Amino acid sequence: MAAARIPEPVLVDYDAARASFRWEEARALLDGLPGGRGLNIAHEAVDRHAAGPEGERVAIRWLGKRGERRDLTYHDLAAQSSRFANLLTDLGVARGERVFVLAGRVPELYVAALGTLKRGAVFSPLFAAFGPEPLATRLELGDGRVLVTTPRLYRRKVAQLRDRLPGLRHILLIREADDDEPGEIPGTIDLLSRLADASDTYTIPDTDPEEMALLHFTSGTTGKPKGAVHVHQAVVMHHIAGRYALDLRPGDVFWCTADPGWVTGTSFGIIAPLTNGVTMIVDEAEFDAERWYGILEAEKVNVWYTAPTAIRMLMRMPNELPQRFDRSALRFIASVGEPLNPEAVIWGREVLGLPIHDNWWQTETGGIMIANLRCLEIRPGSMGKPLPGIDAGIVEHREDGSVVEISEPDREGELALRPGWPSMFRAYLGNEERYKKSFVGGWYLSGDLARRDADGYYWFVGRADDVIKTSGHLVGPFEVESALIEHPAVAEAAVIGKPDPVAGAIIKAFVALHPGHEGSPELIRELMAFARKRLGPTVAPREIEVKAELPKTRSGKIMRRLLRARELGLPEGDISTLETPSSS
Amino acid sequence: MSASDPASIESTVIDALLDVAPDLERGEIKRGIDLRQDLDIDSMDFLNFIIRLHERYGIEIPEADYPRFATLEGCVEYIGERLASPPGPPG
Repeated sequence: MAAARIPEPVLVDYDAARASFRWEEARALLDGLPGGRGLNIAHEAVDRHAAGPEGERVAIRWLGKRGERRDLTYHDLAAQSSRFANLLTDLGVARGERVFVLAGRVPELYVAALGTLKRGAVFSPLFAAFGPEPLATRLELGDGRVLVTTPRLYRRKVAQLRDRLPGLRHILLIREADDDEPGEIPGTIDLLSRLADASDTYTIPDTDPEEMALLHFTSGTTGKPKGAVHVHQAVVMHHIAGRYALDLRPGDVFWCTADPGWVTGTSFGIIAPLTNGVTMIVDEAEFDAERWYGILEAEKVNVWYTAPTAIRMLMRMPNELPQRFDRSALRFIASVGEPLNPEAVIWGREVLGLPIHDNWWQTETGGIMIANLRCLEIRPGSMGKPLPGIDAGIVEHREDGSVVEISEPDREGELALRPGWPSMFRAYLGNEERYKKSFVGGWYLSGDLARRDADGYYWFVGRADDVIKTSGHLVGPFEVESALIEHPAVAEAAVIGKPDPVAGAIIKAFVALHPGHEGSPELIRELMAFARKRLGPTVAPREIEVKAELPKTRSGKIMRRLLRARELGLPEGDISTLETPSSS
Repeated sequence: MSASDPASIESTVIDALLDVAPDLERGEIKRGIDLRQDLDIDSMDFLNFIIRLHERYGIEIPEADYPRFATLEGCVEYIGERLASPPGPPG
């Protein structure tokens, strides 16, 4: 009987677990460095398994885009990441210095991430679809010392930035078999040959649980991206969230489809699965429905963590398609990135035979905070309930700047969390003021608007700021606007999220031109090309509209919200502070 | 040269891709490369590319056939086949 094979959830009784939860007990699920020398993510993820009977278990099953397949056991991953840590030491990379990785989903990315953590340096992933500008901004803000990338990405995006990044001392290139311009690239180091020369044993130095481990960039409404700092202790949250919210247990086959260029792909695409001793699937290729169902079948995936955009693309396929594949190994599906529409939850139940469990968290929270859990009834469209150990609330802002918790159900306010969970961000790198502003009255303020129903389920309402969620990626309007106004024809730019059935929102830009420029189709195309070259396809606008003027407040601030309301045909709200009535 | 010969289809396919990703140079869109992986075409770009081909040729392109659009030659072959086979009866 099929049902008999499905094990009990890891978390069986939500209320009891919440009532008795203590962080010390979650910490006790991990080993710590031998001899009480602290806590290091890489030890918990790899070395402790490699040394034990699970050493020969496959840690990473890598599926290449051209059909290649490579298995790395926990033992292999421990050895390879030790080689990387030794290489960093040889290069003189100090503890706390930042090692950035810009690469597709290739095995060396995982080796570099874990080797960096072993060394006590800081791992910072970059999304491979970023253009040169977002890359330069992040490498500058993060004071990157090392960049691991591929020759193709280096030539396309990084070589042109070298003069701007004097602190970036070492470029380690992952050679590609299909590189059409092989050969030495001046000012770079061949990673694979240096790894082969390095020793495969490395003793992780004493690691304070509060030492910086990870740096993830996220976007705000104004100003540059913010580098959220996470410490080694975050692994306590990664591990317990993997168990509670993803139902992970040792020996599972787990597939997180998120790219490690974003926080999900690191917390739950590298760390949580490995600390939990699972075999994780890494697929190098981009989304392809048949390929994906084929992977679920061939690799006997037990737990699958994906994103709403991917689910909506799967929903566009004929319902017969998944029926052609054996999905009997699959027991749990979760989704994150943006609210999952109720139809998708129901589609999962009807077409895949399993409901999809939405959950909520952010770069700043480091791990899953609120989730539809396996042991609880799913409320389609809701983000679920706070994990044991996490205290959430809905707060409203008072005029004096303080906040007060809203206790009655179903009233909208800002989603807030009580500080103190292990993966809470410890800083925005170099921006103490902005960090402090995130905490008011004993709450971390998430910037998301939400409500809580009478049974304690949370429901996403919208963003409190102008940040855009596109295909699950957070994009700050300022970064896009700054790139557009560098074009000689553009006087002003304002960027909004325009609702889209697949991506959730697409980035739309409104521009006002300098005198003497015409908003012709040719110019719009030129602006699109200009923005894509600088920003890459994910961050660049997909629609550009020329306006004679952009609406502004009396103080001269462009009113993105008004543009958005007009675009959506929504009520425009209070426009009494508006100076320039739009002539559109 | 008719609209259904391979050279014409290839040129139209390249135009459609340049509409979606105007930052590309025409010469970059070569046979043998993977359009998405090698040209930084993301999944939204790819959907928009398919929509443009649908508009230009008036053919319905079911999602299940999307993998055939991974390369330039795949696009040309697929569109050529679809233009050669007359549409079936309605319904």
